[in-house]
Amino acid sequence: MSIPTVAVLVLAAISVAPPALEAQRGRGAGAGPPQAPPTPRGAAPVDLTGYWVSVITEDWRYRMVMPAKGDYQGVPLTPAARKIADSWDPATEADLSEPCKAYGAPALLRVPGRLHITWQDDQTIKLETDAGRQTRLFHFGAWKSPGGPRTLQGDSVGEWEGGGRGVTDGSLKVTTTNLKGGFLRKNGVPYGDNVSLMEYYEVVTQPDGSPLLVVTVSTTDPDYLRVPFVISSQFKKEPTEAKWKPSPCSTTW
Amino acid sequence: MRRHHVVFALALLVLASAPARAEIDLSGSWVSINHEDALERGAGPNPADWAGLPFNESGRAKALGFNQSVISEPERICWFQTQWHIAAGPFSLRMWAVPDPVTGRVQAWVVGAWETRAPMTIWMDGRPRPGKNAPHDQTGFTTGVWNGNELVATTTHLKVGYMRRNGAASSDQATITTHFRRHGNLLTATMFMDDPVYLTEPYILSRAYNLSTNPVSIGGPPCIVGDEGVESGRVPHYLPGQNPYVGEMTKRYGIPVEALMGGAETMYPEYRDTIKAKFVTPPPCALNCGG
Repeated sequence: MSIPTVAVLVLAAISVAPPALEAQRGRGAGAGPPQAPPTPRGAAPVDLTGYWVSVITEDWRYRMVMPAKGDYQGVPLTPAARKIADSWDPATEADLSEPCKAYGAPALLRVPGRLHITWQDDQTIKLETDAGRQTRLFHFGAWKSPGGPRTLQGDSVGEWEGGGRGVTDGSLKVTTTNLKGGFLRKNGVPYGDNVSLMEYYEVVTQPDGSPLLVVTVSTTDPDYLRVPFVISSQFKKEPTEAKWKPSPCSTTW
Repeated sequence: MRRHHVVFALALLVLASAPARAEIDLSGSWVSINHEDALERGAGPNPADWAGLPFNESGRAKALGFNQSVISEPERICWFQTQWHIAAGPFSLRMWAVPDPVTGRVQAWVVGAWETRAPMTIWMDGRPRPGKNAPHDQTGFTTGVWNGNELVATTTHLKVGYMRRNGAASSDQATITTHFRRHGNLLTATMFMDDPVYLTEPYILSRAYNLSTNPVSIGGPPCIVGDEGVESGRVPHYLPGQNPYVGEMTKRYGIPVEALMGGAETMYPEYRDTIKAKFVTPPPCALNCGG
């Protein structure tokens, strides 16, 4: 046999190998009755559940303490948004009926605190925060928003990305709409009702082997942002709920 | 001859059936999105602001002794940054794969240089790491592995560098681990600085980048030594207790000095309870307010 002939035979052998391997995994003929596709919970390529604590190494003085009025460093605001931020009055804000404006979905994960992520059912992830006592729901599959008024946490649809080959390489993509306007930072840096979010939840392995949740949030607002505002936040996993400490929203701290 | 054919066939079989190491293509120009830590990464951090850094006492002491004029010394004027500058600096990334000339497999991924940072060559071919006494420099030695679609790069053999451009230093014992994740046209790089000399636990930063069709410049070192007027024999520094910038952030932003001195506790939500009573609401922003 010539070398080209050998090569063709080998490649031909390789080309038929995958179906055989698939058959071993139970997907081929004779592997039993077809099985229902896994639920989003069953198909999860990464485990996001548990208690997670914020690691505040970025934007510290905008998150850990009250930032100064008119300080919107890093946020690509439109002139209209700057005008609103510059007119923010902390004394008035404290009296408003909506104290959770800085705890809406676009800003929620920047608030120092803890997350509790669980499966509400096989189709829905629930994300709760102790700071501000907020709850977000990430719906999978063919879920449709029931409509209704805009809310601070909006309507979120989740879908899995990647995964299957590595241990932790999959991620959760979440798209959120139907949001009510609020603040990106507690000092009145605004976003409006036309805002939408794209988020990616991923788990990376820290040098000591423990998991770190990294969430990249891209906020789009045609009224108050010149370009999408993109930030990423980190959370370490905690073994128990021992440090879970629910607290109300605050407009002053 | 027949034996050679068999060997060739087996080699081809191995090559063709081995799982691809490069699980996702990271090549291209990635424009840095500097929305978080905008001031720190751009114009530079405020002096004596180390809040959120997991310093130990040595790290804090070294930072307090830092005088920015030190980089005007001829010996340090070309003191370009370590690979941590990817997270701490403002610049965009250009990444490409280097194929092995024989097998075609990816031998290395390269994160191109900037003016003040050498390229990061991420060796993917399993080559051994140099011994611990091998030369260290600002470039370091980096190897990479794929975790599915995630590229994990580990950098060692670094010289002393910085973690924040206001004197927070990293040592030559530091290890930087970088996780590159691509989500369509968005790239996230999560970096860990693990330094047993100056930190009590790893310092973590994550950064985001947008894919661009405009090529990112990869012009890097060398730089040219110049004379900025620091007389020979003088090393700009501050003696213990004499850093004049301690307290400046307190005046401007109302943040207690103890928080600005860093420490792992300043990275976690509970620390807000510690400083709440000492915090003073700052006056309206007058400097570096953004927009």
